Amino acid sequence: MSTLVFLEHHGEELQADSLGVLGRLAQQGGDEVSALIAGSGIEGLAKQAGAFGAKRVYLADHPALEAPLPQPRVDVLAALVEEQGIDTVVFAATVLTADVAAGLSARLEAGLNWDLVDLVFEQGRPIGKRPALDDSVLLDVGWKGEPRLALIRTGTFEPLESGGEARVEPVAVGLEDFSTLATMVEQAHEESEGPSIEDAEVIVAGGRGLGGPENFALIEELAKALGGAVAATRAVVDAGWYPYAAQVGQTGKTVSPRLYIACGISGAIQHKVGMQGSTVIVAINKDPHAPIFEYADLGVVGDLHEIVPKLTELVRQRRAA
Amino acid sequence: MKIAVCAKIVPEQARRLDPETKRLDRSGELALNPFDANAIEEALRLQAGEAGSEVVLVSFGPARALEALRKGLAMGADRLLLLTDEAGAGSDLVATSYALARALEREQPELVLCGQQASDSDGAVMWAALAERLRRPLISQVAELTVSDGKLRGKRQTEFGYDLIEAPLPAVVGVSDAINEPRYPSLKGIIGAKKKPQETVSLGEFGVEPDRAGEAGSRTEVYALGEPPPRGETERIEDDGSAAEKIIEFLLARKAI
Ligand SMILES: Cc1cc2nc3c(=O)[nH]c(=O)nc-3n(C[C@H](O)[C@H](O)[C@H](O)COP(=O)(O)OP(=O)(O)OC[C@H]3O[C@@H](n4cnc5c(N)ncnc54)[C@H](O)[C@@H]3O)c2cc1C
Ligand SMILES: Nc1ncnc2c1ncn2[C@@H]1O[C@H](COP(=O)(O)O)[C@@H](O)[C@H]1O
Repeated sequence: MSTLVFLEHHGEELQADSLGVLGRLAQQGGDEVSALIAGSGIEGLAKQAGAFGAKRVYLADHPALEAPLPQPRVDVLAALVEEQGIDTVVFAATVLTADVAAGLSARLEAGLNWDLVDLVFEQGRPIGKRPALDDSVLLDVGWKGEPRLALIRTGTFEPLESGGEARVEPVAVGLEDFSTLATMVEQAHEESEGPSIEDAEVIVAGGRGLGGPENFALIEELAKALGGAVAATRAVVDAGWYPYAAQVGQTGKTVSPRLYIACGISGAIQHKVGMQGSTVIVAINKDPHAPIFEYADLGVVGDLHEIVPKLTELVRQRRAA
Repeated sequence: MKIAVCAKIVPEQARRLDPETKRLDRSGELALNPFDANAIEEALRLQAGEAGSEVVLVSFGPARALEALRKGLAMGADRLLLLTDEAGAGSDLVATSYALARALEREQPELVLCGQQASDSDGAVMWAALAERLRRPLISQVAELTVSDGKLRGKRQTEFGYDLIEAPLPAVVGVSDAINEPRYPSLKGIIGAKKKPQETVSLGEFGVEPDRAGEAGSRTEVYALGEPPPRGETERIEDDGSAAEKIIEFLLARKAI
């Protein structure tokens, strides 16, 4: 058996989740776990991979791999899987890797299981642990034939430093004509102004249920009364209602405050992975079927426009008393 | 411009897995995947700026999905193509993307649009498999889309901030649920939808071999259903005017304030 972990990088750093996945697989022992890093001017990254459990690191270094776009990476992986007889390719889920994994699945007619919270081996056979239906069931999933492809849910494994050293092997990069048609015009980076919500003890978060950007004032007032910070979902950040720096979830921040009050947020998995570590979760949502009620400690079915201002008033009164 | 929107029909409520087949129970009410309404809206927006353009809905699902799919026609799409087959049940990404790609190859749209994710599977992966099979460039998670001179520009969010990506047509795009506010079908739209072309095609007619569809054509499988790790107690209240007081009581009891 040979398992390959795709290591994503951003600038000079390997992405923590992908190192976490590498560590988890290396820890299960047995086989040699190798890793692939694909980028441009990335020799320096191979060492890091060794320290986190890779025995062998394939380096695909090519100008076409400079931008974090998926299609050229599918080309690299497809060739590597075939040449090296790799039977399992594992990715830590990100915007980039989901597209790489799905493209590879179609290229190689290889099964892809996503959103896994673990990958275990029973008599050498890999079994994925996949929560489904708003995490109300846990499935054991598997693959028919090889190679097998797996995407591991965001934030599942912490990197484990083992201090090993990897054998580095450069790989040739051959590209399909359509793979380089999409190009990066501008790669903006996170602007980090203001206090970080990651350190806040109390967070009041708003979603599309607010109805419009002006209603974030309701959230801000409650947060102020509680001495907390304001957070937002991707839906409202993408819509330009609130800055990206305040976003919680898969492509935003991961927070674990003492108290998280979610207002007008449906509670999608991609939001949940960023806030499930909160000690107490309160959700206000008018839809009794909203997924967030599955994991809120207190679920309040009602209109946030009614409830939030009253709550703010009560908190203020208590403060004043 | 001809635009194809991939639209999935999903169970409306009461989502459960059938312990027998270990598949999603699709016997109840069906609805258009809410995330695909954003893709349809975006197609209609792009179409509005261009004379002679066409929006076609392409779906792979059970025959009775037709009714729910009409919502897309009522919103304003021109026609729909439903790929349906007894043999298609239980198709995974490999099998579904193969079938959809076959239909898209016949349609030859300049732009293929997908929604953010299917609400029943939360994959958020289909577009990438389709782009690969169609050998076209891809832009995913698009929160803002513009088209000019045969080129697309998409703004998307990743773990590191916003990217701006460009690709020539023909291309495949996956949109975010914040890209627009989908319209509600008007009464006129709903009545008009019935008269729009609605084609139901079997997999065989598109040359999809029986062993490439359904479970036979899938490369993943479900071995067992289990219980997730238990979570803490969850309490639920309905607001009767006193919810704010009850929240305070709860927070005090939990020593959260
Ligand atoms: C790759 C990927 C990455 C993603 N990353 C993230 C991420 O980092 N963070 C994130 O948040 N999402 C992320 N998402 C998006 C996620 O899937 C959801 O689309 C998003 O979280 C939905 O945001 P929302 O809850 O604000 O909106 P909606 O899902 O539209 O929910 C709005 C809720 O408000 C309720 N509501 C409406 N009116 C009222 C009212 N008056 N009072 C009370 N309640 C009301 C509604 O019942 C509804 O439940 C990602 C998706 C993908 C595919
Ligand atoms: N069976 C299907 N028929 C048509 N479109 C689909 C189907 N499955 C997925 N899609 C499209 O792919 C998008 C992402 O789905 P998924 O990757 O399954 O979460 C959906 O929003 C649809 O646009």
